[in-house]
Amino acid sequence: MTDSHADTNTDTANNTANKTDTGTGLRAFLRGRSELGVCALLLAIGVLVLTDALTMDTDFAQRGPVGPRTVPIVVGVALLVVAVLLAVDVLRGGKGEAEGGEDIDLAAPGDWRTVLLLAGVFLANAFLIDPLGFPISGALLFWGSAYALGSRAFHRDPLIAAVLSTVTFFVFDRLLAVPLPGGPLMEVL
Amino acid sequence: MDSLSSLLDGFGTALSPVNLLWAAVGVLLGTAIGVLPGIGPAMAVALLLPVTYGLDPTAAFIMFAGIYYGGMFGGSTTSILLNTPGETAAVVAAMEGHPMARSGRGAQALAAAAIGHFAGGMIGTCLLVFLAPTVADLAVDIGAPDYFAIMVLAFIAVTSVLGSSRIRGFASLLIGLTIGLVGLDQMTGQQRLTFGSLQLADGIDVVIVAVGLFAIGEALWVALHLRRRPDEPIPVGRPWLGKAELRRTWKPWLRGPAIGFPFGAIPAGGAEIPTFLSYVTEKRLSKHRDEFGKGAIEGVAGPESAASASAAGTLVSMLTLGLPTTAVAAVMLAAFQQYGIQPGPLLFEREPDLVWGLIASLFIAMVMLLVLNLPLAPVWAKLLRIPRPYLYAGILFFAAVGAYAVGGEPLDLVILLIIGLLGLLMRRYGLPVLPAVIGVILGPGAEQQLRRALQISDGSMSGLVDTPFSVTVYVVIALILCWPLAKRLVPGRVR
Repeated sequence: MTDSHADTNTDTANNTANKTDTGTGLRAFLRGRSELGVCALLLAIGVLVLTDALTMDTDFAQRGPVGPRTVPIVVGVALLVVAVLLAVDVLRGGKGEAEGGEDIDLAAPGDWRTVLLLAGVFLANAFLIDPLGFPISGALLFWGSAYALGSRAFHRDPLIAAVLSTVTFFVFDRLLAVPLPGGPLMEVL
Repeated sequence: MDSLSSLLDGFGTALSPVNLLWAAVGVLLGTAIGVLPGIGPAMAVALLLPVTYGLDPTAAFIMFAGIYYGGMFGGSTTSILLNTPGETAAVVAAMEGHPMARSGRGAQALAAAAIGHFAGGMIGTCLLVFLAPTVADLAVDIGAPDYFAIMVLAFIAVTSVLGSSRIRGFASLLIGLTIGLVGLDQMTGQQRLTFGSLQLADGIDVVIVAVGLFAIGEALWVALHLRRRPDEPIPVGRPWLGKAELRRTWKPWLRGPAIGFPFGAIPAGGAEIPTFLSYVTEKRLSKHRDEFGKGAIEGVAGPESAASASAAGTLVSMLTLGLPTTAVAAVMLAAFQQYGIQPGPLLFEREPDLVWGLIASLFIAMVMLLVLNLPLAPVWAKLLRIPRPYLYAGILFFAAVGAYAVGGEPLDLVILLIIGLLGLLMRRYGLPVLPAVIGVILGPGAEQQLRRALQISDGSMSGLVDTPFSVTVYVVIALILCWPLAKRLVPGRVR
């Protein structure tokens, strides 16, 4: 997955320029064909599913003629077939259309820095939610995400984040009976 | 009439103050979500699934229905004022609605769209009232082979009819089926794809998958290509229609449902095809054909009416057969599963209060939406000015809340992020998201029905086709596989 990410910055521009011979050999070949990474991913998942199915214990109490292995085997084989067919399609010049949307500017190069920042902030929340409690980790998540997305209002952003997080905590935890961890802050209050 | 008296009972349920409140919450959220760029109704319902853990199912579905219909109303506001439709159903509205707004007739376009939605939704819901019980009766004694056939139909339809590439649709479906395999096998307790992890043995919750693919995936994908200066919406006054416009719009409003409803009910993929067909029809029938492309009001009225009617049609197949034909229906089906309710022919017998309360609330939601959208459209349009960092940070925030609420497990948040990155990858490479979600939701059930059917027939494959119903469904599947000819009617993906 990571190696397909590496060249996506350039390939949007490259697609429209219809592949001028910039690189040599394999690199030039792979340029603009990062979609082959999807095929590799499908292939890997297929192998994983098949391995898991074939190494399954066979002494389960089976009811009926079809056991727990059949469907995974079918899905695994289908994944391999689709991976190959997709690779053929890509090599023939087929291309998955990137999805558009109101706030999406496909002409702009991919901004992976923002995505990595967001993923990092999100992961931090996953690790902080239990020790710090939701009101704090949630506020950090909102502020961090807004910062990553380009908001630089250093007075307003933390305030919005804190209010949103606290209100959400009370609405879910107290009003809707969906438990969220309060953390040390809520124990003090 | 039997269904009429049931409907009256349903109004009794839906008109209770609590349920009215949830309907109001649903239509308000739905309209806001429809107007807001970047959030579709499917993402909204997915994000709200955990909210409803503490609610009773009737209230939850009344809210979801409000969101579904409200999203359609709000979506057309965005496409008319911004020309960048967020939902596929609103693509056609932008074609005529936006030129109207640019030439100063935005108010009329909004009115034609809102009343179109109202008319389409009302007619569609009436058809739902009369058709759904009949369909349920016809299908009432379907067994395992029939259920399996319906689920195969859902898989094939969602990969073949939607999207521009079948192979990518199938790839997406298989990813979904794989995620659905994780956990303990329902029939033998055998661990599959758990790699010895106790948490994976419980399987990956559908909510995590839906929120990951719809919300996180979308937010990250937008972040990757965020438009630095969002388009300015065209300012607009209060929607209204003059007499001349009314004369031009009432027929398209009534024609829309005739196209929208059947397309919503059959697994042809929701509102995209019928709105376009309605557009073509109105263009052909119009006396003002030269205005099309420059802002013909018929081109707004007809397709919008068709879009809402198709939403009602979608509910027919979702409620009576458990067959989801759109992303929203798929997520609603997941919600039914959360409550341990199996949509299908027996739903009308087993949960009459829920079903008829839901249907009655559709009528109420429609009236609320008309009231909310006609006078208040300029207020809703203000939502288009929300700073994008807040919008997408908010989506990530609520996605985290929802995923954590599922089981109180921080690990779920990590899985959510991984599935979100998968969603990003799928959007980048044109793999449609819906087949994956349908695969996760229907996959385990389909496997169970398949094994049950083969158990009854003692392993003989003929056990899968031994009922007239299943044979009919397989014929339909064969027809869909030959569908590409008809698909040429639809223009290249507008998005």
